[in-house]
Amino acid sequence: MTRQTPLAAAPAVRLRGVGRRFRRTDALSDVTLEVPEGVVCGLLGRNGAGKTTLMSLLAGHGQPSSGSVEVFGADPFTHAPTTSAVSFVRDDQRYPDDFRLPHLLAVAPRFHAAWSTERAAELVDAFRLPGRTDVKKYSRGQLSALGIVLGLASRAPLTVFDEPYLGLDAGARQVFYRQLVTDLAEHPRTVVVSTHLVDEMEALLDRVVVLEGGRVVRDSTVDEARAAAYTVSGPAAAVDALTARLPVLASHRLGGLRSATVEGELTDEVDDAARRAGAQTGPASLQELVLAHGVEPEVGVPGVPASAAARASEGVPA
Amino acid sequence: MDDGRPIFQQIADQIADGIAAGAYPEGTQVPSTTELSAFHRINPATVGKGVNLLVERGLLHKRRGLGMFVSDGARASLLAARTAAFARAYVRPLLAEARALGLSTDDVHKIVDETADERSTP
Repeated sequence: MTRQTPLAAAPAVRLRGVGRRFRRTDALSDVTLEVPEGVVCGLLGRNGAGKTTLMSLLAGHGQPSSGSVEVFGADPFTHAPTTSAVSFVRDDQRYPDDFRLPHLLAVAPRFHAAWSTERAAELVDAFRLPGRTDVKKYSRGQLSALGIVLGLASRAPLTVFDEPYLGLDAGARQVFYRQLVTDLAEHPRTVVVSTHLVDEMEALLDRVVVLEGGRVVRDSTVDEARAAAYTVSGPAAAVDALTARLPVLASHRLGGLRSATVEGELTDEVDDAARRAGAQTGPASLQELVLAHGVEPEVGVPGVPASAAARASEGVPA
Repeated sequence: MDDGRPIFQQIADQIADGIAAGAYPEGTQVPSTTELSAFHRINPATVGKGVNLLVERGLLHKRRGLGMFVSDGARASLLAARTAAFARAYVRPLLAEARALGLSTDDVHKIVDETADERSTP
């Protein structure tokens, strides 16, 4: 893979203190993170958390209001070779009127040096994308499939997918996942992908970045994230007693039962204590961890991140 | 594939189970990282980490340019490890459940014998 980078050892992505302001809204605030080269990084968080804004900055589609964005050690907004090292297919990507699939496939290699005609053909076939329909008449699922074709076949050193599964049925999503991992095994590169399908896509990811209200609330490997929380469930009184002094991220009640997601490591001591109290412990899924960082805004206290508000309101009957 | 443990460990366990069950006999090749990734739809780096775990344990070895192969003695070593873990993995949970139900150790012995008899006389 050839890249025009001033710093050979630079990570694929490096953001330092990045803010992005739209009128009076901060879409991103003080975002500092790195994505090492060659990893698949999931960008998670509720709608409006800043995922698409962050991805636009990586693609050089805009500039941060503060802080710095580096892709392979250079500014993607001003450094043209870096811009072409990034493939970013927006979920609302527009194409020229009366463009059909063959036009796009003919043009795409001009933007991406490593473009794979074979992979593109294989994907078009797998998704059964029609070649004789104007792309602007494609369905939501067909547009998503097209975005996946353009993103994967680009073999761009940094490939960015914004909720690439919208409108795809379960079978088509499995096609995407299989093609993604197969192509990555043969041609390792860096991928950033935003998703709400956390359970379904977790196994594809090396790292996760969780955004909440424009801020990074978690940036770690998937394994670290999964080890960062656990669930305690059982009779409400037992769970109340067990978690009274612990940082509870989220909590659900069902009649006399309660399930709490607790931040921290699930140790044998925790497990033993729970069992003695008649409760059960289990690893929290990545999905639970993400949901814990995105509790409904209306229960949040203004100006307080939702997860902190959830912690503060813990134990206070609603 | 998800039982809460890290995915690379689940991949390693699954290959190890295949070796223990004789699905991957000693000296034969196990599926490649690409094949395992595509089959399970799992990140290739995660698969690689799982496979490396088995290399470190001496159960698999790499043949340059060819792939990963099951080492001699891998099956015996896996079965020995599982035998050692048998009490913790199976007997302790069994006794814990028996206690919760108010069954004595003698009751458990009796149930084990009866179940074994049922299995041997169809």
